[in-house]
This record gives sequence, C-alpha cells and structure tokens, in this order.
Amino acid sequence: MASFSVPSPVPSPVEDAESLKKAFHGWGTDEKAVISVLAHRDAAHRQQIQQAYEDLYKENFIKRLESEISGDFERAVYRWIFSSVEREAIIAKSAFGKVINYRVIIETSCINSPNELLAVKQAYHARYKHSLEEDVASHTSGDFRKLLVGLVSTYRYDGDEVDARLAAVEAKTLHDVIKRKPLESEEAIRILTTRSKAQLKAIFNKYKDEHKISISKDLETEHPDEFASALRIVVRCISSPQRYFEKLLRVVLTKSNLDEDTLTRVIVTRAEKDLQVMKEMYEKRTNVSLEKAISNETSGHYKSFLLALVRN
Amino acid sequence: MAEECEELTRALSGLGGLGLEEKSVAAAMGRWRRRPEMLDQFRRSFGGLFKGDDGSFERVDMDYIHLLEFELARFKNLMLQWLMHPWERDARWAHHAIHKGDSPTVLVEIACTRTPVELLGARKAYCSLFHRSLEEDVAYHISGSHSYFLVLLVSSYRYDGPNVNEEMAKLEAKVLHNAIHKAAAKGSLLSEEVLRILTTRSKPHLRETFKFYKQLFGKFIEEDLIKVPYIIETVESINSAPAYFCKVIDAALKDGVDQDSKEALTRVIVSRSNIDMLEIKGEYLKKHGTKLEDELQKFSRGVYRDALLSLVAGNE
Repeated sequence: MASFSVPSPVPSPVEDAESLKKAFHGWGTDEKAVISVLAHRDAAHRQQIQQAYEDLYKENFIKRLESEISGDFERAVYRWIFSSVEREAIIAKSAFGKVINYRVIIETSCINSPNELLAVKQAYHARYKHSLEEDVASHTSGDFRKLLVGLVSTYRYDGDEVDARLAAVEAKTLHDVIKRKPLESEEAIRILTTRSKAQLKAIFNKYKDEHKISISKDLETEHPDEFASALRIVVRCISSPQRYFEKLLRVVLTKSNLDEDTLTRVIVTRAEKDLQVMKEMYEKRTNVSLEKAISNETSGHYKSFLLALVRN
Repeated sequence: MAEECEELTRALSGLGGLGLEEKSVAAAMGRWRRRPEMLDQFRRSFGGLFKGDDGSFERVDMDYIHLLEFELARFKNLMLQWLMHPWERDARWAHHAIHKGDSPTVLVEIACTRTPVELLGARKAYCSLFHRSLEEDVAYHISGSHSYFLVLLVSSYRYDGPNVNEEMAKLEAKVLHNAIHKAAAKGSLLSEEVLRILTTRSKPHLRETFKFYKQLFGKFIEEDLIKVPYIIETVESINSAPAYFCKVIDAALKDGVDQDSKEALTRVIVSRSNIDMLEIKGEYLKKHGTKLEDELQKFSRGVYRDALLSLVAGNE
C-alpha cells in the first residue's frame, strides 16, 4: 500500500506545471511548493506534469529542477520524479562508484518480479547504452561477480510450483556448503541465482525445519565475512522484502552517521508500493513511528520531503 | 522386375541422404496391388531391411526400422517446428539438448544467433512450458567445466543498440589475447575476463573487439582459439551467424554423420528461413561454388526435400 496522499480532486498537470514554474521563479526556490506538488502525485501524474511543463515553457523540467534545488533534497526528489522502473535503473547505475554498492544490486534483482526486473534492465539499456549485466560484471570480480551477475541476469520461473524433494536436497546442499570452511560458493550461487522464488522459499523453510536455525542465521554464525553477508541479503530479500526493508530502516535510523542515500532509496522506492506496511512493522518493533524517527534524524527540505512521502 | 525392386530399395534407403521417397513407395503399392509375389521378391532381395528368419519368412530388421522411423519422421518434425512460434521452438530445442543429452552446442547457437529479444522470448517460453527457468536447468543438468559458461550465455540480455566504445573494444581485444596466450601455458581458457567479455558485451561491441584483435595481433581470433568447447562456436556465431550456419549445414550434409548433426539441418533451415537465409545461401555459394538448393536437392528426398527447398528458396 502506498504511504503518501494524493489530493482529491487532483489538480490538472497544467495547473501543477504552473505551480512549479512559480516555485522556480526569481531568486531561490519555493521548496515547500515543490514538495506540496511532487510528493503528492502518483507516477502517472508526475509524468504528465513533466510533459505539461515542457509543452508550456519549452524547457526540460528535470534539468530546471536540478538547477533549482540541491543536496540530499535534490537527490531524493530526482529519484522520486521518475516511474518505478526508470528510478530503479537510475539507482542501479548509481551503485557503480569506486566500490560497487552491492546491496543496491541485490535489492533490485531480488525484490522485483522477473518481469519487473526485465523492465528495469530495458530502461537501463535505453538510458545508458549498456546492459546492467555488463556494467555489474566489469565492476566486480571473483565470487561477487558470479553472484551479482547471476542475480541480475536471471529470468526466474515465476510460478508457484515447487519440487519438495528437490528443495530438501538443495537445503542439504546449502547446509553442507555453509558448514565447510571456507565457504564454497559455487553451489550456493547456482541455487540462489537460478531457482524460482517459490522454490527458494521452500528450501529456506526446509533448512529451518531440519536444522532449527534459519539459513541466514547459520551463515552469519559460520561465516562472518562480506561475501556471506551478501548471501544473507539475497536470502532476506527473497524471503521477505518488507522485513528486509523494515530492518534496514531501523539500522539506518539508529546509526550515528545517517546514510542518506540508503534512507532516500528505501523511502522513495517503496512509497508507491508497500511503505505503509513497513511503517506499521517499524512502529510495532520500535514503539516509535517511522515519521518521528525520520523527523529526529533529518532536517530541512530533505526532511519535509521524506515526511510528505511517509505520511498519509 | 529387378528394376522395380531396386527402385523401391532406393526409396527406402535410410542410409545416406535424408528423408524417404514416399511417392515411390505409394506407387509401388499401386503397381503391386495384384502382384503380391513382387513384394515377396522384394523382401527376399532387400537384405538390409529384411533378414531370413528360420527359412519360413523374411522378418524386418528392427535396427533398420529405427533408421526408417527417423527418416519418416523428418518431415513431421520439420512441419511441427515450422508451425511453432520461434520462442517455443527454441525453448523445446534447448530443453531437448539439456534433458536428452544432445550436444549443448544448440544452446550456444540459440544464445548467440538470436537477438536479445528473441533469446528472452525463448527463456519466457521455457518457463511457461517447463515450469523451470532455462538457466536453472542448464546449471543443474549440465556438468563439466564449460557448464558455467553455458549458464552465462543463455542468461545474457545484451545491450541491443549500435553504440560501441572503441577504446574499450581495443582494450578488451588485448585482454582476450592475453588470456588466450596464458591459457596456452596453463590449459584453461575459461578465465573470468574471457567469460565476462564474451557473455556480457553487446554483439556490435564484440565484433569491433574481434576486428581490433586482427588489427593488433595479425590473426583472426578464431585462429588463435584453442579447442575449448563452445568458445569457438560462440565467437563464430557472434561474428557472423550466416557463416556459422553454413558450417552447421556442411556438417549435416556429410556422409555418415550422426542424427544430431542431421537434425541440425532441419533446425537451421526452419529457424533461419525468414531471417538470414539469403545471407546463408550467399555464404554457401562463396564457400562451395554451388548453390545450397542444389546440394539439398541431391542429398534429400521426398516430401522432406520439398519442404526444405520451399523454406530455402520459397516461391521466389
């Protein structure tokens, strides 16, 4: 369920474009006005507003926006403007810095459905003239490359059919792999990057039934290294994206140094999807509302924008 | 009399050539309707198909019958393949290769000669038909050092546009050259970088890379490639699909080849008939000085031959 509110009736794209033009006018920018429009429109509206703005004023809306606002606020609004698919392509591209942000790649490839991931990859092709796979491959090496390329390349079977016998076999395979030191990644990568989500959930359940410990916990205990940590993110994103994001929010909002990129990413990518559910989980878990937590940790227009997305 | 028997023998010769002369067999049935002694004589004369039993009658040799079944089925298979949507066709060929132990070269062919959209279509069809993903089956059922390479190939969703970064292509030509010559010493060509370049880069980029390879090192990359399964087919089929298909057809038309190779003929003709058949014919003519249609006319029979020729030359 989406977390933000859209006014009813909603202003026409032309009206919104005019409001935004007004907000840009003169010295400085009326950020409040920008937020009051953009944070309260769904993807279809936002697209229409951009088009209306360009038709009316003959200038690229996004470029104008980028020149008017800055910092974390700008980065958040920039990501929000686009449709979900474009946004994830842009966020995936941003993962390629000096060191690859593998968490981002894992999230995109594991949380989306096979067809959604495909759409993201198509948007990536169009935008960057490269495939996501080739960029992931050229920015990684060794086991990380095998894991991440495997995750972004796969087109998993999307149905509910599960082979219970095979799930038991592969749960055992994973258990054997985890118990060995060092971690032999080949089979773990094969299973995690090719099996369907339904099959993987069956494997994880079988693992817990057999060994009384979740595969994630077992990985954490047996292999306190970064690669195993990446594998755990995969497991958690596939098992329950909502629990994964809720925990990520908790971690981000309690660390002393706020990781704005991650906070922005979670809020902006989930606001139109299931942020509402995560809000409820967060409050249940911490006894503090997500809004309050964000309010405590952020400031300025960045804070206002995030809160607008989080409140109904 | 002997002539008629000879004619029927020829019509039913499963050995050499492809297909059967169905018309001749039907004609013989008509001619011999009231002359059962002709068929008796035929049974006695055609030692390949009939063996003496204990002297009382000639029984069929079941090994020969299996051969005939292949030849009888050739048109049916071609027809079914032609009727199918290309995605379903590719998915079923891939499934066959994985589960029936056919040569995995089919997987390389599909992964490298189809456009990214066609390959994706095949993968979708595979999920839909078999309730597994193509890559999961390749990863699970195919073993050996090249298995991972095959998984990467079938999983690829290459950028499909013309943009090529020349500097990168030049650099990667050098990387490939290094890898090939290191492998000559160490014995394994499947280095991380070779896999990355061949399975993730776009095809236009790879063709530029292969061009730079020749420019910088004086040899075509194919010449330098050690016979590591599937790497050379990958390079050839990406470089020029028509030239690659020409090679596959050549192999199918050789005497005494196995069923896999023969079946490749149907697969190539059916799958390329409306894509690059013109270019394939061009390659064939360049290579052999004869027309592909003429070779097919010589080498195949019956309705199967008619179908092949239709798909190769149509009603042009």
